[in-house]
Amino acid sequence: MTTPLLEVKGLRASAGDKEILRGIDLTVHLGEVHAVMGPNGSGKSTLAQVIAGHPAYQVTAGEILYQGQDLLDMEPEERAQAGVFLAFQYPVEIPGVSNAYFLRAAYNEIQKARGLEEVDSIDFLDLLEEKLKVVEWGPEIMSRAVNSGFSGGEKKRNEILQMAVLQPRLAVLDETDSGLDIDALRIVAGGVNALRRPENATVLVTHYQRLLNYIVPDHVHVLSAGRIVRSGGKELALELEERGYEWLEDEALTS
Amino acid sequence: MQSASGTAELPDWLEPVRRAALDRFAGTGFPTSRDEEWRFTPIGPIAQTSWRPAPQSAAITRDELKRFEFGHPDWSTLVFVNGSYREELSTAFAIPGVRVVSLAEALRVDGAVLQSHLGRHAPIEASPFAALNTAMIRDGGLVHITAGTEILRPIHLLFVATPEATGSAAHPRNLIVVERGARAAVVESYVTLSPDGSYWTNPVTEVSLGESAWLEHTRIQRESEQAYHIGLTHVDQQRDSHYRSFAMAMGGAIARHNLHARLNDENVETLLYGLYLTRGEQLVDNHTAIYHDHPHCRSWEVYKGVLDGRSRGVFNGKVFVKPEAQKTDAKQTNRNLLLSDGARIDTKPQLEIFADDVKCTHGATVGQLDDLALFYSRSRGIPAAEAQRLLTYAFAAEVIAEVSLGPVREELEGLVRERLGAR
Repeated sequence: MTTPLLEVKGLRASAGDKEILRGIDLTVHLGEVHAVMGPNGSGKSTLAQVIAGHPAYQVTAGEILYQGQDLLDMEPEERAQAGVFLAFQYPVEIPGVSNAYFLRAAYNEIQKARGLEEVDSIDFLDLLEEKLKVVEWGPEIMSRAVNSGFSGGEKKRNEILQMAVLQPRLAVLDETDSGLDIDALRIVAGGVNALRRPENATVLVTHYQRLLNYIVPDHVHVLSAGRIVRSGGKELALELEERGYEWLEDEALTS
Repeated sequence: MQSASGTAELPDWLEPVRRAALDRFAGTGFPTSRDEEWRFTPIGPIAQTSWRPAPQSAAITRDELKRFEFGHPDWSTLVFVNGSYREELSTAFAIPGVRVVSLAEALRVDGAVLQSHLGRHAPIEASPFAALNTAMIRDGGLVHITAGTEILRPIHLLFVATPEATGSAAHPRNLIVVERGARAAVVESYVTLSPDGSYWTNPVTEVSLGESAWLEHTRIQRESEQAYHIGLTHVDQQRDSHYRSFAMAMGGAIARHNLHARLNDENVETLLYGLYLTRGEQLVDNHTAIYHDHPHCRSWEVYKGVLDGRSRGVFNGKVFVKPEAQKTDAKQTNRNLLLSDGARIDTKPQLEIFADDVKCTHGATVGQLDDLALFYSRSRGIPAAEAQRLLTYAFAAEVIAEVSLGPVREELEGLVRERLGAR
């Protein structure tokens, strides 16, 4: 049995005094797509952000192993350099830095960490040309400031573009589908599918089953009140769509 | 202080001007911290020093100046070393309708234009420092663009302080006249070849814009961090004219810039942008004043500061709107980024509005780097220190983006990147 890409074991995490994750276990292997679903407030986004190393959360118990290494011991940038990528639910605007500059800086840091050659701005443009196709964009977007004044859909597409350029081994997409119209959803999902490889894995955090019409997961997990209350195959998502989350929450309370 | 008189080559009409200025300064003396205008900027170190006249004979080569010319040998550049014009270091291209000469030279031959402008835009009553500068008028730059002429390749007035300047004071006097319908770009920079030199620069720049004239005026102050710089720029604008200023301040132990714009007729546009970068024990002060005396004018002001170490920043922005200046559109913003616990900013927007049908707003912010943006950058693989530099640069670059001429903008971006250690 090969080492899993990601192993979350008994993870508990808080924001300030409030405990949000109350014992999460999750194992992801290369080549897999996992969907983590659950109602608002169940801890889905917290899980995604803890994996990326968001400083607002304190891990109080449990561990996260990434390729067998202690992920919680790594700085956010070290995680990224090791191949972890979080597509933010709310991508951050950075006025004053062009999309091209930002993405090349990130790309070069990751290259450097991997002992690979950095690229200059001209070579980077070549590299971008192909990646932009993944999100059906022209080069104009690269001279705009990072996410600054972008529509909600553009911000999400930009996350997928970053993912296409940085080529993570583990991509965690935090509600990348929420707020998207059908066209944007199709583009975003198309991008995720295009980047799917046997040598990477994806964790989709989502509230809605809708995204899973476009990206078919291998595993579906339902989060409720900081715990995974049910795991199954893609049919679990359809069941949730029909019955809502309440029956699982009720089950969780009575178990 | 040396006497103002006794310089042989000055024209007769100037003598009473200098004499009145000297009398004025003798009457007022240096301002003190009891003076509201100088409350946050103690100028004791300037007032208490016995400054020598700036030495005129410093050996200096063109090569040493290259790094200040921004790699643009095609810009007309007047070089002043310790306040005195140096022809052998300067390049003034002959362009019809454009006159770029030293003030010393102009005083010999351009009596009329100087007589009608010198001291008219920056009166000796403006401040004791303006009076002192006027009393000491000797050299500086004259840029005169005649009606209808357009020259968008920047004209550079470059003031260099050398190690010999230590202990001395220079009082450069500049005059920029852009006549009716003319367009020009002027870069005025104050630099040093002596990074630890303690000297004082006290420049005054007068700007006159005729009807429909257009000027982009970039001022770059990067004196020694042990030096003193008290600068004053006064602008007079006629109908339909457009003045766009970018004032960057990164040098000086104590540095102050007063920028005053008077909107003398209708449909004038005044854009004032600024950036100050301070560290160590520096104190950098920007005072601006915009006088809306007539209706249908627009002024737009954005100053940003990045303060590190135990440095201090001062911003005071005044906007005066007279009762007759209806339909004035004025917006003023001052935003500050504090990079350390020891840094401090005193910011004071001051709007005095006496007209009732106007749109005037102001705002000031003081903050640290955005934690979320830091995390976002780090989550993309950019190390924390690099992310800080990137975001700090971004904060500064946002206002540099307002400089309309590409080559000037790129130079400013390069200077800020260099200062912040960003790539």
